[in-house]
Amino acid sequence: MKIHEYQAKSVLARYGVPVPRGEVASSAAEAGEIAARLGGSVVVVKAQIHAGGRGKGGGVKLAKSHAEAEQIAKQMLGMTLVTHQTGPEGKKVGRLLIEEGLQIDRELYVSLVIDRASASPVVIASSEGGMDIEEVAASRPEKILKETINPGTGILPFQSRKLAFGMGLEGPAANKLVKVLDSLYRAFIETDASMIEINPLILTKGGDLLALDAKVSFDDNALFRHPDLRDLRDTTEEDPLEVEASKFSLNYIRLDGNIGCMVNGAGLAMATMDIIKLSGGDPANFLDVGGGANAEQIRNAFKILMSDKNVRAVFINIFGGILRCDVLAQGVIAAVKELGVPVPIVIRMEGTNVEEGKRLLKESGLNFTTADSMGEGAEQAVALAKGSK
Amino acid sequence: MAVLLDKNTRLIVQGLTGREGTFHAKQAAAYGTNVVGGITPGKGGTTHEGWPIFNSAHDAVRETGANASVIFVPPPFAADAINEATDAGIPLVVCITEGIPVVDMLKVMTFMAGKATRLVGPNCPGVITAGRAKAGIIPGHICKEGHIGIVSKSGTLTYEAIHQLSREGMGQTTCIGIGGDPLIGTNFIDALRLFAADSETEAVIMIGEIGGTAEQEAAAYIKKEFKKPVVGFVAGQTAPPGRRMGHAGAIIAGGQGTAAEKMDALQAAGVHVVKSPADMGKKMKEALGK
Repeated sequence: MKIHEYQAKSVLARYGVPVPRGEVASSAAEAGEIAARLGGSVVVVKAQIHAGGRGKGGGVKLAKSHAEAEQIAKQMLGMTLVTHQTGPEGKKVGRLLIEEGLQIDRELYVSLVIDRASASPVVIASSEGGMDIEEVAASRPEKILKETINPGTGILPFQSRKLAFGMGLEGPAANKLVKVLDSLYRAFIETDASMIEINPLILTKGGDLLALDAKVSFDDNALFRHPDLRDLRDTTEEDPLEVEASKFSLNYIRLDGNIGCMVNGAGLAMATMDIIKLSGGDPANFLDVGGGANAEQIRNAFKILMSDKNVRAVFINIFGGILRCDVLAQGVIAAVKELGVPVPIVIRMEGTNVEEGKRLLKESGLNFTTADSMGEGAEQAVALAKGSK
Repeated sequence: MAVLLDKNTRLIVQGLTGREGTFHAKQAAAYGTNVVGGITPGKGGTTHEGWPIFNSAHDAVRETGANASVIFVPPPFAADAINEATDAGIPLVVCITEGIPVVDMLKVMTFMAGKATRLVGPNCPGVITAGRAKAGIIPGHICKEGHIGIVSKSGTLTYEAIHQLSREGMGQTTCIGIGGDPLIGTNFIDALRLFAADSETEAVIMIGEIGGTAEQEAAAYIKKEFKKPVVGFVAGQTAPPGRRMGHAGAIIAGGQGTAAEKMDALQAAGVHVVKSPADMGKKMKEALGK
């Protein structure tokens, strides 16, 4: 689960990570008031969306007075911000973070993620903050430092010092980094984060280290033990159909194509998208109905699929193991009768009770196309999607 | 011979008294697996469906001589169940549970380090040795005894591979679902090592998916020392970056973990890579020159 910058900073601040003074605003007047409260000669107005690259897209601006802050806020609120991470449709700005302006001496980079190969958290650090870290990794890999953390001991001071000296920090600043990394590591483990990225972590002219930006995402599987963090979810940042699907515990991801897919199991669902593409078509979605899908779940899945107006054909690809093909067939027949699905449906099923399932489909009187293999099914779905309007 | 499970397996079911645990314990027993009992803390001393229930893995091992466990415990408690089975010295622990927090798995991996227990999973369909024994949810009736080993991150794609092999007249030794989580016990290389040492296994189907670099690491191992033919498929060739495709581990992050880079690595290691998931069985037949 992703959260906004202002939320991330407030979570990290609880663990002692230093962040700039600031408040969140959802109206221009509020933005002006916050700027006045913050005082100083400069404030920063930052659009709050779940995507990076905001600066280049015009989502981060400096204001030299509270009146100017209000003016900028007026323009920014409600605008559609397009960055390299939002896609061409962009994201609508609903909230702004108003922060104090700071005198920046250096911009650094730190992040924490889980390294799968070593089954350990790893801290990634670089002296080249404020830029796209993937670019730095590609062009100057020697500027990327990594420390693997033993989960049993947590981050050790010498590891933090190694990173500090590696980034060119000295004296008190190096000691401050040790503290910051300690706080970040604690936050990472205790909130069940899947990623924390501070880019940039700034060294001010006054010698302080602060998280000028912060990106945090949480492990969805651990949200059950963090009700406070779960409340930070902003569903307006997500695709409405995906939000709807998540209510039915359906694993649904919307894509650009026109062939709706309904599959059991994540691996088979991905493979089904792949085979549609290989057959010359484009999948409209990823959808895993799960291993124990029942008639009700199949009905929900159809509703979600058919809410996507791009869908021209549906390809149901089920390998019945525990889920019996006859149960699946009954679910499909009931859903189609109830919902009146207006596009061609191709069904490929295999596995437990498949003969009975096929018989039910045939005798239903509904116009299903059945396929004996997933390759054949994909080709039929592609052909039907091209033929149907 | 096959690997991991056979007729000498004495299987204990952690979470036997739950709905899933009960269903799959019965299925395993019906397949011929020697299911010796269950573990549900607080219900020790009772019986369930005729099986004795124990409070702890230690009690279960002492009373039944269990040498393998399968876990159907809900996500908040599953990591602890793995740790307990490990501490009791059970040689093989298969964890089916999906949704274990990564931080809990970090603790599991730390706790298991240096101990003799092998973990398969979590978030996996389990293990089945065709015609002999199973631990997990892979339906027994689709398998057939034969000479192909399967190692896979995905459940239903494993079934698909089994089905395609059957169509081509080939059966399986052991099918190992290693799971789709970012942190797992047995990885591709571990499974391939088992198949390398197994005289019954003639060739292997390996099914990967986007996310992480386990397939690339396996490719390096295959190139260096794995001598049997391998047919490979990687799911998610059309998956968009930055989106988690159902499995917690299936995500292209920071431009890494794409299907293309995995397929290239496997191809370069001499693996018979298929682009279409419909071609796994056919390709195996070709690879074996049958």
